[in-house]
Amino acid sequence: MRDVSEPAVHVENLSKRFGSVIAVDGLTFSVPRGAVVGLLGGNGAGKTTSIAMLLGLLIPSDGRIRILGEDMLAHRYRVLERMNFSSPYVALPKRLTPRQNLDVYARLYGVRDPVARIAALARELALEEFIDRHTGSLSAGQTTRVLLAKSLLNRPELLLLDEPTASLDPETADWIRRYLEAYRKESGATILLASHNMGEVERLCSEVLMMRKGRIVDRGRPDELVRRYGRTNLEEVFLDIARAGAAIDRTPAGTGEGHPVAGDGA
Amino acid sequence: MSLAASARRIGAVMRRHIYVLRSSWPRLLEMAYWPTMQMIIWGFVSQFFYTQSSWVAQAFGVLLGGVMLWDVLFRGQLGFSLSFLEEMWAHNLANLYVSPLRPWEHIVAMMAMSILRTFIGVLPAALLAILLYRFSIFDLGLPLLAYYLNLMMMAWAVGMVSTALLMRFGLGAENLVWFIVFLLAPISAIYYPVTVLPGWLQQVAWALPSTHVFEGMRETLFHGRFDTGHFWSAAALNLVYLAAGLLIYFLAFTGARRRGLLFQVGE
Repeated sequence: MRDVSEPAVHVENLSKRFGSVIAVDGLTFSVPRGAVVGLLGGNGAGKTTSIAMLLGLLIPSDGRIRILGEDMLAHRYRVLERMNFSSPYVALPKRLTPRQNLDVYARLYGVRDPVARIAALARELALEEFIDRHTGSLSAGQTTRVLLAKSLLNRPELLLLDEPTASLDPETADWIRRYLEAYRKESGATILLASHNMGEVERLCSEVLMMRKGRIVDRGRPDELVRRYGRTNLEEVFLDIARAGAAIDRTPAGTGEGHPVAGDGA
Repeated sequence: MSLAASARRIGAVMRRHIYVLRSSWPRLLEMAYWPTMQMIIWGFVSQFFYTQSSWVAQAFGVLLGGVMLWDVLFRGQLGFSLSFLEEMWAHNLANLYVSPLRPWEHIVAMMAMSILRTFIGVLPAALLAILLYRFSIFDLGLPLLAYYLNLMMMAWAVGMVSTALLMRFGLGAENLVWFIVFLLAPISAIYYPVTVLPGWLQQVAWALPSTHVFEGMRETLFHGRFDTGHFWSAAALNLVYLAAGLLIYFLAFTGARRRGLLFQVGE
């Protein structure tokens, strides 16, 4: 029986080492059901590595992951049907049309009546105009919408999004954000979003986890973080954290292990 | 886990590859091109040797049969590995492996695709050989099915190893997929009896299922009988190699999940 009282995601002491490189270092966090939580951090902060571990694509070096009440390391196939994922860095076969790609994934996820589900998503995400063209011939915005449609095929209870609006023009990015907001309200799904777009995170997320060098260095509601750092927006908070980290790295005794950021988070 | 759900997912992966094949006639042509060219060349060679060699004179199809069955092994292995390679080229592996698709289901889908690709590649050549040289590989009868099954099993085992290399080394190992099986060609006794090989190499050759298949094929062509000894030797060896192939595949898969190669594939 499904335990809906458990958070959608619960991570304890999660670490990933690649040889001597520590990519993720002791993450502990929970994402309540129905929340939109942002993983924020610069390049190499460990966001994508963390998401890959949550998806089971990457085996952690240490730690525990529970997704939708199941132990992800021991029983990932029990939950994979109930979650989904989208990233601009993971493509769909370019020689297939969006309709064919969606058809394949609908069958992989066991979607009932794939034809009707694909038609509904094509309407909602405005794919109809190009649904029978080769995926490789689509613009970045159209490709992002197809990837999003793939990630929504199985009506996921948990949606993991890695930089969902990367390389999109402002109008298309705004359209995607509005769609995601509407989808979460309508479905009650949980969304975990990795991004370095502060505006996007501020708008969509109820909570933010700030990452640097594989660790969570601060966390809180976006408005709360802005207030705590005495700034006007999340981008300035992000820069404060990044600069504080860089200063630590430059100290003579700096081992890069300390993460003394402002605030009382983490 | 339900078998119906597994069958549906296996069908989905096959559907993905069939969509690609259906949309590209040059691909279909390319798959049939080399087996057909080889068959034409070896057909003329056979016609020449038929009058010049008492060995070939015993059975006109001994070289053509060899070339076609070798193509079953080569195309079977390539068909398996290409299905994996296509996911790497498309950067689609991560999408596949965050879906409920199990690794063993992916393997079964690749096996099924290798059967399909083998038919597309070798069948036109086999039919053309009937028209051009009046040699029908199908005259081997039921033993042909036994040879085919043994060669496909070996192709899958080699395919699993080459796919494991792709998982370990990324697209940098792409060329290995194309030539790995040719390492076995000289000792598989495709066009000549195994006794031609030096003594020590014969021992190595007998450890390959393909050697038993080609020796068996010659037995059928020359003496019209099916050598069950060769058949069972090939089948037993195949079971060992398939088990080893599976082990290597799953070790590579776990290694890829440990190193994060399923997420970012490339050179």
